[in-house]
Amino acid sequence: MNTERKIRVLAAKPGLDGHDRGIKVVASALMDAGMEVIYTGLRQTPRQIVETALQEDVDVIAMSILSGAHDYLFPEVMALLKEKQVEDILVIGGGIIPDEDIPFLKECGISEVFGPGTSTGEITLYIRDHVKRR
Amino acid sequence: MHHQRQMLEEDYREWCRKVEAGLKRNPERKKDFVNTSGIPVQRLYTPLDSQDADYLSDLGFPGSYPFTRGVQPTMYRGRYWTMRQYAGFASAEESNRRYKFLLEQGQTGLSVAFDLPTQIGYDSDHEMAMGEVGKVGVAIDSLEDMEILFSGIPLDKVSTSMTINSPAAVLLAMYLAVAEKQGIPSQKLRGTIQNDILKEYCSRGTFIFPPKPSMRIVTDIFAFCADRTPQWNSISISGYHIREAGSTAVQEVAFTLANGIAYVDAALQAGLDIDAFGPRLSFFFNAHLDFFEEVAKFRAARILWAKIMKERFKAKDPRSLMVRFHTQTAGCTLTARQPMNNIVRVAFQALAAVIGGTQSLHTNSMDEALCLPSEQAVQIALRTQQLIAYETGVVDTVDPLGGSYFVETLTREICKKAEDYIRRIDQMGGAAAAIEQGFVQKEIQDSAYRYQKEIEKNERIVVGLNRFQVEEEKPTNLLRVDPGVRVSQIEKLKKLKAERDKEKVNRCLSRLKQTAEGRENLMVPILDAVKAYATLGEICDTLREVFGEYRQVNTVR
Repeated sequence: MNTERKIRVLAAKPGLDGHDRGIKVVASALMDAGMEVIYTGLRQTPRQIVETALQEDVDVIAMSILSGAHDYLFPEVMALLKEKQVEDILVIGGGIIPDEDIPFLKECGISEVFGPGTSTGEITLYIRDHVKRR
Repeated sequence: MHHQRQMLEEDYREWCRKVEAGLKRNPERKKDFVNTSGIPVQRLYTPLDSQDADYLSDLGFPGSYPFTRGVQPTMYRGRYWTMRQYAGFASAEESNRRYKFLLEQGQTGLSVAFDLPTQIGYDSDHEMAMGEVGKVGVAIDSLEDMEILFSGIPLDKVSTSMTINSPAAVLLAMYLAVAEKQGIPSQKLRGTIQNDILKEYCSRGTFIFPPKPSMRIVTDIFAFCADRTPQWNSISISGYHIREAGSTAVQEVAFTLANGIAYVDAALQAGLDIDAFGPRLSFFFNAHLDFFEEVAKFRAARILWAKIMKERFKAKDPRSLMVRFHTQTAGCTLTARQPMNNIVRVAFQALAAVIGGTQSLHTNSMDEALCLPSEQAVQIALRTQQLIAYETGVVDTVDPLGGSYFVETLTREICKKAEDYIRRIDQMGGAAAAIEQGFVQKEIQDSAYRYQKEIEKNERIVVGLNRFQVEEEKPTNLLRVDPGVRVSQIEKLKKLKAERDKEKVNRCLSRLKQTAEGRENLMVPILDAVKAYATLGEICDTLREVFGEYRQVNTVR
């Protein structure tokens, strides 16, 4: 019997953006790759995302924004995690995010940002390699 | 005739035998050719594929039932489609400048993009608006912003499309109020509000209220427009976002028309006459990559809706039977890699829309997978339409692909497959019920996932992404929205709230609340509230109190 715990991922849509094609495709791919995925649905505040992540005891938060609000919402999520002294959740982001914004997002603690055209295989591998809790 | 067909059949069989014999030596690129809708594409189409078709009843003439060949008799020999670029960002001032630029460049209609807080009924100072103000469109908090947005643009000279759904009534009211201030009677206004809430639940995401009160708002708008704005399209029933969310071409047609049926049902139940609102229903489709599938899709949509309106709803006015539609090229097909290639993608997609008989067109800008379109990128996109119109010659005859063995066959097959879906949705109790059960969302997301897997397995080639890649520089000079927009919007709100007649605003809002609790048309008190400078957020909050808010169905598990 496989006793290894499955990687748990919170797939989240922060803010008001309604583009959910990408996050749903990624969620399906991660599930097919054997991970457990909880999808928040649209319009989550940073606080709701962090609360759900803690309640669901996830290893990874994967957020997607295509509205340009990543520069405010991603750092907000990171600040709230810090406030709760959570350091072992891997946080990744995706969407339409200009390259020049990425260094700042990484400084805030977003581990990686995946743009349009990224294959789901690449995201799956990244999570497997970088998940902090084992 | 019969003898001729027999000869054709024999010759065709002989040709097939010869070709198949040669396949061992010269095989085809793949075993099965299938389009995005799962329809097999044959090696060759001949008159044999169309032998059961009847020209007069299946195709007919342009401008006549079932409108297969177009809704107007002369199509683009008379007048080109409206060239209408969806635009809007940051403040009303900034967007007003972009509109004037586009009009100077030869654009013939306006299309307003609102930011997400506006689309979801929040003022710029709301907590949920943090980080979103002015980002994907212009921030409109009150009539004051709307006055700036259209300043110097005479509203009797342009047609304006507004992508606004849940708060459509509020923005329409603001537009009417601006026109009134310009001294233009509402009868002269031409344009469209999207006002299509059902596709928000299943694909676009800017819903506020639950389905029932939302449908009431939609039908209140229908009734109001039938009365007051005879040239205004009271809805744009949209497949565009369904397709962007990942559906196939067949699903796009089927789910859009199923939503259309739901609106007509709701309006009839509200006591409206089919031919009073039928002619003002308009549509909005996507122009995706598969050229012939797209052309056939537009033709199929016209046939199906004409039949639905005539046979199911007994509409009599020929204008009630017509699918008049706007098209936008498929944003989801654009790549962040080698973005210049997107110019070419957009050109092919736009050509499909024109050959498919669109009434209005937005061509995407090449940089849309990266950011909001820059002025230069928008100009190329607009020029693409002008090139098709003025240089290619495809506009000189009506429905140039009509009679193509392939396109006619594909048109019939798309009709048949879409009708199957519509039948299934009918059995579930209609589009609203099918969405409530998550059926539509699940179908769309499954198609999106399938499409992505095809790309990742290299079964579907995206030039520059999974083939023909190059090392490239990161793009620079992307258009960015000034984060100061939120601050200045909040300043404006403060000033407005200090200066306006507070008593009057309160009276208007409480009358709106009473109307929402009752059954009278909501447009009237909304118009009064807007004119008293009640904000969008105040009006939507008043309605939230009465109607509550929609909770999404989770279809990811």
